[in-house]
Amino acid sequence: MVQLRLPKNSRITTGKTWPQPEGASRIRKLRIYRWSPEEGGNPRMDTYFIDQDKCGPMVLDALIKIKNEIDPTLTFRRSCREGICGSCAMNIDGVNTLACTWGLDQVKGDVTIYPLPHMPVVKDLIPDLTHFYAQHASIKPWLETSSNTPAKEWRQSIEDRRKLDGLYECIMCASCSTACPSYWWNADRFLGPAALLHAWRWIVDSRDEATGERLDDLEDPFKLYRCHTIMNCAKTCPKGLNPSKAIAQIKHKMVERQM
Amino acid sequence: MADIPRGNRPLSPYMLGPYYRIQLTSLTSILTRITGNALIVTTALIAWWFAALVSGPEAYATANGVITSWFGDLVMTLSLLGLWYHTLAGIRHLIWDNLAMLEVPKAEMLGWACLGGSVVLTLLTIIIL
Repeated sequence: MVQLRLPKNSRITTGKTWPQPEGASRIRKLRIYRWSPEEGGNPRMDTYFIDQDKCGPMVLDALIKIKNEIDPTLTFRRSCREGICGSCAMNIDGVNTLACTWGLDQVKGDVTIYPLPHMPVVKDLIPDLTHFYAQHASIKPWLETSSNTPAKEWRQSIEDRRKLDGLYECIMCASCSTACPSYWWNADRFLGPAALLHAWRWIVDSRDEATGERLDDLEDPFKLYRCHTIMNCAKTCPKGLNPSKAIAQIKHKMVERQM
Repeated sequence: MADIPRGNRPLSPYMLGPYYRIQLTSLTSILTRITGNALIVTTALIAWWFAALVSGPEAYATANGVITSWFGDLVMTLSLLGLWYHTLAGIRHLIWDNLAMLEVPKAEMLGWACLGGSVVLTLLTIIIL
């Protein structure tokens, strides 16, 4: 359902302003969303200042610097620091992206950071992605076959393999789904761009033998058709993939098989 | 596993505008929705105009007075813009449904075409009629 205001417990208050570093020439101001289950209450925006001369170039570098040197309670997920694990997806300067591949110089003015939008917050910048992962699992992201398993391997032509390009690269960071207004309002029933991109990845796979069942499963007013081609997903994907196109291809296939 | 305090988990902020930057594609999408709904009101106004015409000269005078007033003109001109926009956005969906122009730069080009096209077509309609 369309929900225009944040629930009462989620409205953001002004938080603490942490001291500025001394003797720094290139000071950068960061405003970061804070909420802790131990403290409870409403979320707040804390203000931090870092010396950019003593910090790496990426937003993640700034977060790690804050955690190491200013406030060890600041909580966020991160791992690979090179855009392949998808852990550090967050809302930076009004768009979802990976903190490790988004440069501080890509943000004009103060850097404002929120967790991925419209998700229950576990702590600070960490959203609860349980439902998101469950939706991914629901599209059966594996090869479904009924014929006998070949002795060596399931073969695929180079041409057919190429159809998976632009799909298999998804790292499940959830930037796209949590950027989608349809997903914000119907996440309980709409699968969202990430899960649907994966659904198409298996539908289009020449080795998969469950295309019909996969399409049957998506033939639903909400699971698939809540997508209105808003394209926030494609616009925000840190890997440059295009979930809206994948979804359009599923819709096209739905019509095609009825002809 | 230890009993972890979960607290009363807040919902992370989302709204287009204050928390999520408005994109050309999201703006043109929501405008399709807005113009579609606004045109229902226009349709009702026009239905009222016709209904008044059948009811008699006095009813027609009232309805006609409202609809051809400066305010009525404004509503009808904006409706015309809305109608052109909604039509172009519909054509854009037909293009997308045929799996064309789904790449971000091309989709944005279509978005500008809908915005610009609706203004141009509205002006042309006003000049011609």
